[in-house]
Amino acid sequence: MKKRVPIRNHQAESALFGRRAIVSLSIVAIVFLGLLANLYQLQVTSFQEFQTRSNSNRIVVLPVAPNRGLIYDRNGSLLADNTPVYSLEVSPAEVNNIADTIERLVALLSLPEDTADTFYVRLNQPRRFPQVTLFDNLNEQQVALFVSAQHQFPGINIEGRLQRFYPHRDLLTHTLGYVGRINQQDVTRLREQELYAQYAATRTIGKLGIERYYENILHGEVGYQTVEVNNRGRVVRTLDFNPPTPGKDIHLEIDIGYQKVARHQLRGRRGAIIVLDANTGGVLAMYSNPGYDPNLFVGGISSNEYRELLNNSANPLINRATQGRYPPASTIKPHLGLLGLHLGVITADSTVWDPGWYQLEGVERRFRDWRQQGHGWVDITKAIAESCNTYYYDLSFKLGIDNISSFMSEMGFGERTGIDITEESTALMPDRGWKRARYNEPWYQGETLSVGIGQSFWTVTPLQLATSTSIIATEGRRLQPRLLHGIGEQNAIEYSEIIEKPPLVISDSAHWQTIKNAMRATITDVRGTARMAFINAPYTAAGKTGTAQVVALSDETDERPETEDVIERFRDNATYVGYAPAEYPEIVVAIAIENVGGGGRNAAPVSRALMDYYFADDAGRTAILQAIADEEVDANN
Amino acid sequence: MQTTEERQRHPWLAKLHIDGPLLLGLIALSCVSLFVIYSAGGQDLGLVQRQVIRMGISFGVLFIVAQIAPDTFRTYAFPVYIAGLLMLVAVMFFGVTGKGAQRWLDIGVTRIQPSEIMKLAVPIMLAWYCARNPLPIRFLQVLGGLLLVIAPTLLIAQQPDLGTSVLVASSGIFALFLAGMSWRLVFAGIVALGASLPVFWFFLLREYQRQRVLTFLNPESDPLGSGYHIIQSKIAIGSGGFEGKGWLQGTQSQLEFLPERHTDFIFSVFSEEFGFIGVVALLALYGFVIFRGMLLSIRAQSNFQRILGGSITLTFFIYVLVNIGMVSGVLPVVGVPLPLISYGGTSMVTMMAGFGIIMGIATHRRLAISQST
Repeated sequence: MKKRVPIRNHQAESALFGRRAIVSLSIVAIVFLGLLANLYQLQVTSFQEFQTRSNSNRIVVLPVAPNRGLIYDRNGSLLADNTPVYSLEVSPAEVNNIADTIERLVALLSLPEDTADTFYVRLNQPRRFPQVTLFDNLNEQQVALFVSAQHQFPGINIEGRLQRFYPHRDLLTHTLGYVGRINQQDVTRLREQELYAQYAATRTIGKLGIERYYENILHGEVGYQTVEVNNRGRVVRTLDFNPPTPGKDIHLEIDIGYQKVARHQLRGRRGAIIVLDANTGGVLAMYSNPGYDPNLFVGGISSNEYRELLNNSANPLINRATQGRYPPASTIKPHLGLLGLHLGVITADSTVWDPGWYQLEGVERRFRDWRQQGHGWVDITKAIAESCNTYYYDLSFKLGIDNISSFMSEMGFGERTGIDITEESTALMPDRGWKRARYNEPWYQGETLSVGIGQSFWTVTPLQLATSTSIIATEGRRLQPRLLHGIGEQNAIEYSEIIEKPPLVISDSAHWQTIKNAMRATITDVRGTARMAFINAPYTAAGKTGTAQVVALSDETDERPETEDVIERFRDNATYVGYAPAEYPEIVVAIAIENVGGGGRNAAPVSRALMDYYFADDAGRTAILQAIADEEVDANN
Repeated sequence: MQTTEERQRHPWLAKLHIDGPLLLGLIALSCVSLFVIYSAGGQDLGLVQRQVIRMGISFGVLFIVAQIAPDTFRTYAFPVYIAGLLMLVAVMFFGVTGKGAQRWLDIGVTRIQPSEIMKLAVPIMLAWYCARNPLPIRFLQVLGGLLLVIAPTLLIAQQPDLGTSVLVASSGIFALFLAGMSWRLVFAGIVALGASLPVFWFFLLREYQRQRVLTFLNPESDPLGSGYHIIQSKIAIGSGGFEGKGWLQGTQSQLEFLPERHTDFIFSVFSEEFGFIGVVALLALYGFVIFRGMLLSIRAQSNFQRILGGSITLTFFIYVLVNIGMVSGVLPVVGVPLPLISYGGTSMVTMMAGFGIIMGIATHRRLAISQST
């Protein structure tokens, strides 16, 4: 310190430093005040703004999906349930190596082989939720296995939720339909209907059948949960909860017992059965065979399974009861007879000579009766009971296609019945206009004769057969067929109302009885086509059989069957319509079975089984169902 | 007069070469640090424990350094500076890279960070350089001094470690300023600095640093990308309001919206939880430490000690300014911790060594006086 000290003014140097230090401190003070001014601006002046932004960082309003309404049959038996499922959810943003993670998960939990493929499809589709489901239905073991290894799988979570379950599987598929994942089309439709907000947390939506038709009732209203989240979106705590309104329960007219009988009757055969309540239009049974397990669709069906259903030549995806278009064959003879009486073309007593064929004047071709030797003198009763074609060639020739199509339209043919599912075909009631538009050809008289025995272009759905037969059974009441019985909880059901069009008025109401007597004769007459099926029935039934030459369900096959060839697909379709009791009809049935042969032998017994069940007491019904169950167990073993 | 009073009041502190008020200020800041780290670190006591250990080491270093007579630093100023410079050059070629920068020198036993050494070596060197001749410092001397500052600054800046280079540069420039460089030069320097900004921009700043500056100028341009940190930090500070959300109640920090919560952005956590009142108190505490440091420097016996103490104190101020300015969005993001509050050890040790020097300056002088009289 005291080395080479020049002559220095220590005082001045110290003062200089002092001045500089004070200047520095002043600058420090000014800068600190500047910082404070800025902080004041942030914390006091703009406090509100930043508080809002802070809150919007951490407070998130999460939609909460409502529980879907349940579906019951008319006796309160559960048809569509909500069951808790555990699904494996992947948050792609939080997973480092997705391919590796998925591979390890599939191995760890022994998930099905196509799990990964399905996942990648979902991953690349537009998503509504940040997570992608890897597997929908973990069992308890898998859940336990995953939980113990969860730390190895960041970004993977198990989510528990309620999922639709159809305990009766293929028994009601076409009626109930199913729910499936909400896809892009659904989103677009919901947006258009301004319902999308209601589905903010919902994963599935009714895709078919009742589930689709009554979606608005079943779905309920979305709820909201206000939660605090951290920067990764994880919920830290719930601040407020505004619970969703669950969807309403639906009660169907369907009786599960009928469904079982129907399924049993159609086992191994393609076809459809409709049972209607004659007095309300309620659909007691609607069964289409083959069916499939709707539960496949709930969690998202794999493409393989779907392809299998789609390519199945038996067309399980079609609801034959409302979408199957069958030639009605002779089942519409009562209807045509009624028209003949109505217009006075025939009377109850007028007769026609049937030599076994009918010929139009100046036309070479002979229209054959199914009975080669003919039926002899035939009146309307005999024509229906024995299903005489010649009588009907004559009748339809006299009526003409115009009368036929307009009257049959009145009876609901060629039109939707308005049943409460969307999957319904109008089938076809041909007329001149249609022929012109479709083929650019005039209507030929020969075609009228074919229409007269329920062939040619005329196609019907089993449901149309049932509703039109119901009109006859109730002498003119035109009830809309309806699956919905009521809405609401078991003990507070709001029953739905009967929907009815103005009744069909006939020139003389006695004509109804004429036709009904004839339908009764189908069963009681010695030569009645359904006599064998109803021998010893403890109730009075009436009906009409039909045997239709096959026109393929779809228009794609144009091959004509070689008559003697018994390729199964070219065998006749059996149809049947009927009601019981004959005097005061309570139920109406319509049956169509594909490629099995004559209606009297193949379809009428089905009607017998259904009616037997209807008229049985509780013990009898239980016995019937037990017998079916036993038989099914045997068949499965 | 005052000196005598103090010595009489705490003779044992003086014997330990400790300045009571300054020590109290540092302890107070350390206590604040532990509370904020506990909150910012997700209430992790382990984190707090590790910081307590670091603080213990740092205060130990302070105590040891305070025992060294300030003139000893003067003796070693030049060799240490040269050694530091050589190490910086060595880092450039053989340095260990971490966190995207080449800052460390592996010497087998441990890794050392030469830039950290320069935080003290530069002010010591500059203090010695300025104090060789009578004050005020002459023009040519200033130019020489600037060279002494610029060499390490550039070497550190290219690592890149912008934060440390700013601190090293300011310690040197403060030394020159305190040595009385003419006001004309001061203003000329400011103008020259302003004029050379484009040079900095195009030649010295790296792409990510330029991005930081752009982000600073308009953070909302990329709120989820580079602007995210600063926006979340401002939200944290602003939403703290006047009274704060309360200790452990800051949602921005507790829910992890804030980045670097217990290190560079710890001030945001503090502001969110303790509000404007807390901020005023904290700045007052910093102000007190700076004031005390300057006061002790003014009272120092030699120009070397004065300049050294003042330079260290003002550099401490630069820490505070750069960090708070950064997290509150008035300065670009430069990796400078909030001194004595941020979690982390290295810079704290250096800083405490600096305060040890100041305490040494304050206390050794008194002993010298009392011995000589």
